Amino acid sequence: MDLKLQKIIPQLITVLVVVLVFGFFTYNAQINMENRGIDFGYGFLSQESSFDVQFSLIEYDGSHSYFRAYLVGLLNTILVSVIGIIIATILGVIVGVARLSPNYLINQFAAFYVEFFRNIPLLLQIFFWYFAALRALPLPQDADAILGVFFLTIKGLYVPAFVWENLNVFLYSIIAAIIAIVVIRIHARKVQETQGKQLPVFWISVGLIFILPLLSFLIGGVSLSFEIPKLKQLATTSFKYEGGISLPPELIALTLSLALYTATFIAECVRAGIQGVGKGQKEAAASIGLNPNQVLKLVVMPQALRIIIPPTTNQYLNLTKNSSLAAAIAYPDLVLVFAGTALMQTGKAIEIVSITMFTYLSLSISISILMNWYNKKIAIKEK
Amino acid sequence: MFKYLKQLTSLVAMVAVLFTFTTETMAAKKSKTLKNTQKKGFVRCGVSQGLPGFSNADAAGNWTGIDVDVCRAVAAAVLGDANKVKFTPLSAKERFTALTSGEIDILSRNTTWTLSRDADIGLTFVGVNFYDGQGFMVRKSSGITSTSQFKDGISACTNIGTTTELNMRDFFNSKGISYEPVAFEKADEVVAAYDAGRCDTYTTDKSGLAAQRTKMSNPDEHIVLPETVSKEPLGPVVRQGDSVWEDIVRWSLNAMIEAEEYGITSANADSMKTSDNPAVKRLVGAEGELGAAFGLDNEWSLRIIKQVGNYGESYKRNIADTGILPDRGPNELWTKGGILYVPPAR
Repeated sequence: MDLKLQKIIPQLITVLVVVLVFGFFTYNAQINMENRGIDFGYGFLSQESSFDVQFSLIEYDGSHSYFRAYLVGLLNTILVSVIGIIIATILGVIVGVARLSPNYLINQFAAFYVEFFRNIPLLLQIFFWYFAALRALPLPQDADAILGVFFLTIKGLYVPAFVWENLNVFLYSIIAAIIAIVVIRIHARKVQETQGKQLPVFWISVGLIFILPLLSFLIGGVSLSFEIPKLKQLATTSFKYEGGISLPPELIALTLSLALYTATFIAECVRAGIQGVGKGQKEAAASIGLNPNQVLKLVVMPQALRIIIPPTTNQYLNLTKNSSLAAAIAYPDLVLVFAGTALMQTGKAIEIVSITMFTYLSLSISISILMNWYNKKIAIKEK
Repeated sequence: MFKYLKQLTSLVAMVAVLFTFTTETMAAKKSKTLKNTQKKGFVRCGVSQGLPGFSNADAAGNWTGIDVDVCRAVAAAVLGDANKVKFTPLSAKERFTALTSGEIDILSRNTTWTLSRDADIGLTFVGVNFYDGQGFMVRKSSGITSTSQFKDGISACTNIGTTTELNMRDFFNSKGISYEPVAFEKADEVVAAYDAGRCDTYTTDKSGLAAQRTKMSNPDEHIVLPETVSKEPLGPVVRQGDSVWEDIVRWSLNAMIEAEEYGITSANADSMKTSDNPAVKRLVGAEGELGAAFGLDNEWSLRIIKQVGNYGESYKRNIADTGILPDRGPNELWTKGGILYVPPAR
């Protein structure tokens, strides 16, 4: 028997066993479902869902289909993940840098924050923020306006809504500003490479991003006004705010707890990344005449990021998956709306759980691909 | 060739194991559940995670409630001892899967009997042990005394995955009121959120409202509105496809109700053996061969009555004396103005 065959046979057997095991479970599930009179199929997705959801980014009510309910849950999951990732990243970077601060008070405070929040189970933190917030926040009628227009109450945070006129002109002006900035940056780089001169790109960019939209207001006919939430009485002691945009307390509590929890891990990634860059690198950079800003931007960060990105990707994935704890506090995410209510109303457990699992898998893989692409982009390009 | 012998043997063994499993599953016999229960020595019963009056565990882990009593009755009939029950607390979400997957054999968890549940998902409802209806609870201070005072924008706390969620939509839609549903996975969180003031109203089955009210920080601050917006017949459920087991559970419940009708109680059951009424004698096992049809002995119903009591005793012990719903309302016997009416045991 030749060597090639010896290598192939064990692998073939492994594949066969995997297929057999998988086939057995599928077959067994089929038989069991048939015995108990359960139909298998995805046809229910187009049926009317007949339940309402508290908070939705797209138009939805019970007269829409289960598929639409799935989209509502998915978008809510993405919303809380994206906001959570942004806040966790900003907070994580600040705390990570703060842990390296020479100021004793600052680094001890950062260390305390990290140790405190990463060592308490997330579900407890979610409950804490939700019920602590509910107990601490005022009823709508007792709420004081923050800056005259924001209202933080037990029923949610009410913020003014933007009322635009000629919004498209405004958007065009921003797009034009971005294109102009890109062109100027390319030009500035060429100037620096050919003539060694540095153009004040930053200030030009800031100017453009403000002046063009301002022009759209002055001569483009764009106008912006605010719709401020107004108190409405529902019963003697029952009030709510109307108008403006309302953010439910469930969303706020969930985002806050996810961000505070995940930021501790990101902070440690950032600290590890910065400490991983050799001291000599900074000294060498300083010795060739770069100022501290340039040292950080051109020498330390590019190397630190290579250490920071891969573990941070893990934290982004964790945050996205942890958002499924939303069900505990009534935030209508994918698990609550689809793997919760829809599953129970249809009884299609296998179908719905498989769709939900596949969705989380796709979400996670998308984040992975995006972060790997970014990681590759900033990796050292060896020639 | 010896190199692969080990791998081959394990493969063959694996396939063999798979085959045994498969053939056993397919050889499901008529009263498999009964046989398994007798072999195990206890009844596997799914209950709620804590609803006073229906199924609630005390600090020592003893379950009480009228839903619990249904399972105890089955244990008394099948195993001769009402205490031989293993209770599994289930969320609304888990309950049907737990039953269809065979983790439990009876689901007695304040579950509403509906067409789609009965027909679609491999379940069979065996009867009704509590006639309920959905209602609303509000704060007394709100001044609301009727659902007709509800206004646009009202927020309503409830549980997910229950008929409540669907009824709520039907109700608000028919009144043309816009509302904000706040749906939690577990009842404890619903109560906590409503109690904190997150919602203007809390909606679920009226018995549930009455029971949960006792858990609020100040029960007197809340009232249940008089309107009932849906029919909620609650009852035990079994898996589809085991008609013998289905009959045992159905008639265990029916025996409790019929015992009340004939005035047979846990205290006087033995003395009723000499009754003049043949219907009474049949129920206490002194006449006829009623148990044989299920593969049980003739004293199955006598044991239920002696160990668990009749329906009235169960109701009084669990729901009336605990102050949840002292008035039996529709859950009174048909002979006394209620709608409890079961087919005759003969």
